[in-house]
Amino acid sequence: MNWFFRFMNSSVGKKIIMATTGLLLCSFLIIHLFGNLFLYGGPELFNTYVERLASVKPLIRVIEVLLALIFLFHILNSLWLTLGNRKANPVKYDVNRTRDNSSFFSRYMGITGSIIFIFLAVHLSTFWYKFQIDHEGGQFYRIVTGNTVGFNNPYITGLYILAMILLGFHLRHGFQSAFQTFGIRYNKYGKLIEAIAVLFWFAIPLGFVLIPIYFGLLKGGF
Amino acid sequence: MVLDAKIPDGPLAEKWTRHRFDLKLVNPANKRKYNIIIVGTGLAGASAAASLAELGYNVNTFSYHESPRRAHSIAAQGGINAAKNYPNDGDSIFRLFYDTIKGGDYRSREANVYRLAEVSNAIIDQCVAQGVPFAREYGGLLDNRSFGGAQVSRTFYARGQTGQQLLLGAYSAFVRQMKSGKVKFHPRHEMLDLVLVDGHAKGIITRNLVTGEIRSHAADAVILATGGYGNVFFLSTNAMASNATAIWRAHKKGAFFANPCFTQIHPTCIPLSSDHQSKLTLMSESLRNDGRVWVPKKKGDSRSPNDIPEEERDYYLERIYPSFGNLVPRDVASRRAKEMCDTGHGVGPTGLAVYLDFKDVIARNGKQWVADKYGNLFDMYKQITGENPYDVPMRIYPAVHYTMGGLWVDYNLMSTIPGLFVLGEANFSDHGANRLGASALMQGLADGYFIIPYTIGDYLAKHPGGGTDTNQGSFKTTTQEVEEKLNQLLAVDGSQTVDEIHKKLGHILWEYVGMARNREGLEKALKLIPQLRETFWKEVKVPGTVNELNPELEKAGRVADFLELGELMARDALHREESCGGHFREEYQTEENEALRNDEQFTYVAAWEFRGPGEPAKLHKEDLIFENVELTTRSYK
Amino acid sequence: MQVFLKVWRQADAKSEGQFVTYTVENVTEDMSFFEMLDMLNNQLVLKGEEPIAFDHDCREGICGTCGLFINGRAHGPLRGITTCQLHMRSFNDGDSIVVEPWRAEAFPVIKDLIVDRTAFDRIMSAGGYISVNTGGVPDANTIPVPKPKADEAFDAAACIGCGACVATCKNSSAMLFVAAKVSHLALLPQGQVERKQRALNLIAAMDMEGFGACTNTGACEIECPKEISLVHIARLNREFLKASLI
Repeated sequence: MNWFFRFMNSSVGKKIIMATTGLLLCSFLIIHLFGNLFLYGGPELFNTYVERLASVKPLIRVIEVLLALIFLFHILNSLWLTLGNRKANPVKYDVNRTRDNSSFFSRYMGITGSIIFIFLAVHLSTFWYKFQIDHEGGQFYRIVTGNTVGFNNPYITGLYILAMILLGFHLRHGFQSAFQTFGIRYNKYGKLIEAIAVLFWFAIPLGFVLIPIYFGLLKGGF
Repeated sequence: MVLDAKIPDGPLAEKWTRHRFDLKLVNPANKRKYNIIIVGTGLAGASAAASLAELGYNVNTFSYHESPRRAHSIAAQGGINAAKNYPNDGDSIFRLFYDTIKGGDYRSREANVYRLAEVSNAIIDQCVAQGVPFAREYGGLLDNRSFGGAQVSRTFYARGQTGQQLLLGAYSAFVRQMKSGKVKFHPRHEMLDLVLVDGHAKGIITRNLVTGEIRSHAADAVILATGGYGNVFFLSTNAMASNATAIWRAHKKGAFFANPCFTQIHPTCIPLSSDHQSKLTLMSESLRNDGRVWVPKKKGDSRSPNDIPEEERDYYLERIYPSFGNLVPRDVASRRAKEMCDTGHGVGPTGLAVYLDFKDVIARNGKQWVADKYGNLFDMYKQITGENPYDVPMRIYPAVHYTMGGLWVDYNLMSTIPGLFVLGEANFSDHGANRLGASALMQGLADGYFIIPYTIGDYLAKHPGGGTDTNQGSFKTTTQEVEEKLNQLLAVDGSQTVDEIHKKLGHILWEYVGMARNREGLEKALKLIPQLRETFWKEVKVPGTVNELNPELEKAGRVADFLELGELMARDALHREESCGGHFREEYQTEENEALRNDEQFTYVAAWEFRGPGEPAKLHKEDLIFENVELTTRSYK
Repeated sequence: MQVFLKVWRQADAKSEGQFVTYTVENVTEDMSFFEMLDMLNNQLVLKGEEPIAFDHDCREGICGTCGLFINGRAHGPLRGITTCQLHMRSFNDGDSIVVEPWRAEAFPVIKDLIVDRTAFDRIMSAGGYISVNTGGVPDANTIPVPKPKADEAFDAAACIGCGACVATCKNSSAMLFVAAKVSHLALLPQGQVERKQRALNLIAAMDMEGFGACTNTGACEIECPKEISLVHIARLNREFLKASLI
């Protein structure tokens, strides 16, 4: 186990943990968005889909726990890294033209990540809570589109749109960065990774953003 | 005192082998009992430190730099010679030896130069094994190029950064021994004096450049690998901190200084632009492989170079030397450039430059071809001058580049002080009156990797160590001398800065002890330099204190030494009534303005003995005996 | 031309530092940045003030000694050069120029603009070499190296150890520096024997010296005077991953 602790303690090891957990979370985004698309099929289809999921609840629970652990790992690890990095760089420059040498997205991963975390807390305490416990007898569609926690509420809609844009920012750097950390961004797969990256930082967040826009701004008519 | 170079008997090709057998060995178990001090951690110093530590000696190393990787060896661009004969073009150890002896204008020792050629191949093997990324052919084997006018391709290179890669190779071996604890590195420590015990070199006094602390260090032998003294001219291609202090203070302690006037002026440097300039930048002489040197035929022609038609240009090197053309040796190219400028054909705002034109090669092979080959040099030129050499010809002018002279050493690289060894550019050993391109790296590494590890053992075996510690009297007295000198420098508190005085010294030397020298000028220099030295000790202003990081104090100590060394250079140049290699005396030239050697009277090494402050140094001669080559006059026509 | 400098001054490692402003007149555009500082220092000495201490040596961009943070950029505003290669023609008359030392926990300030970068030597001594003693090595041409590999190894080996990568990194990470060495030796056949251990040891040494972790912002690649590519960091990560897990 010596190698394991050495790995976990090393700055590169920690980065690899960041990358691995990050990519796992990305894969979850695909599944989540896939589920969300059922909303466009109307209340019946969506409610049926959610009920289907509910029928394999034990499996869902296991996945949820795993997901929570991955999140936790991703977050704690990032805090650990950030603390180390702060210690490595305690004195700031009087003038530092970071915009000349690096992208905005890459420098503010901590901030975008933190806001996404807050969003996540809101998201879980509303949607997840409602879906699991207080779903008014399977009225899932109404929860999503309604005005208590759903997209008929302009604040909720605004929060979701903002969070998803930030998620895009986070992944704009994060997705490719993960492959750099694995050391495969620059070999012959570089172009392919770049293309897939667009899916993650643009297409998927866009898919998520379109839902509050469609069900909130266009259809809801608040 | 008769100088004994300790050259081994026997045929040239067997001398080194025989000598290695004759040298005494230190028992492997006893090596750890010996302490060796190495001052300077460039190519020669770092390679020596690593090699000696590998053998088991305890090595203490000192550098005024923060890291061995900062040494000026790193700036060598062109390459390193070796007699591998990989290209099958007729090279051999003997040919490399011959070319080096001839290139040095027959003012170096046959035995030393032959040994240098002999170990050259092992250097390449060693460097490749260390991971030095030399240029390669598509088949994966090493590439060679012809360099500095050599008729064979024997130069190994790593783009335009060969010195860097070789130094990093030696550095890697060095840090490996740091890890093992056999090498201890003292960064930012300057050696300020040598300590003798019973006439033997047994230690040094250093100043910690960060805290100012003066400390004594004892050892069983001392190695100086502190580089050349080109900065005596103020403007040179040397790094800013390159200095003569270590060798000069050893000289004052009894080490003879050999051939101090042999300085190499490199023909392809970026010309001076203003009085504020702090150094000159070399452009690799490989540029002369494809660039053509010219000046306008009309004196004082101020037209832009591209407006001067072909028939009004004088490609003077091609005109004077039809067979070698632009590839004549460095000293010849430099002198001819000076001559052109002196006669009013110089170009640029100062009139002290000639053109190096790539128009033809760009037309022939395309801009891309030139960019692939010389891109980094062209970029460097553009960065410094603000002109684009793809569009207008480069302006170049000679600059001081290398000093062939240095502390006198015997075949074992030991100076006239027993136990004091001198390696690399700091000694005088192998280049005679002129060094060939790509030979400096070769010599530094030969000395460090393959010569000193054998020869120092002989000294140590004959002088069993362990008895020296810094409580001995001479450490105390020397420390006092060092401290007094530092306090003296601070006490002057005059009205001129160190740099101002250094620039004046540089002007005198460049004017009278530079590319072309004559009796009248040298005699003038011998008056002006002592005067300037007096001014220095009355007028210099050094701020701050001893006990802090004080760059002005560092410079002041070095310039004080340059002011003494400069005089010795002039004296040496005056006494050598001939022209040879980098030493050109205007009185001694052929009708065609070529150097005129006087083999009858001057086939010797001039080794100067220090005889006290203000006293003229005493000349000792080591006769050079040539048994294997015939002394000929170099001809590049 | 005339420029206004705001320079970090600090008497020694233990003292507090502060910015001091200077007006430098009669600056010409063919002066290098350091020649401008030389001129200022000369004036300061004559006035009886302490000159500004800064590290510099070869003044041709290869020794890696110099390194100033100028107007928010490591080695100043231009790409692919060291501070000593920066000329005043890159500035305009009347410009204000902020000059700071490299900032990183692992590079403590020694005086004014001089920092201590010996951490780099200690990292290298942890394994930035091939363990061969002098002598007893095979003939150079018995080890063929494919040209593209040799060229790429050279690109990495071109690192001058100036520390600009650390200075510009928001985490003061030394990954580009370490990557350059690991990549250089991992690409060559000579480096294979110690390949795994080298990656592990150098990274461990880097962490121990107090450098931060890499966030892949890419700032180091932009500020590197030798334009060493992030490809080498990718390779370092790969080397580490392989050495750790396989």
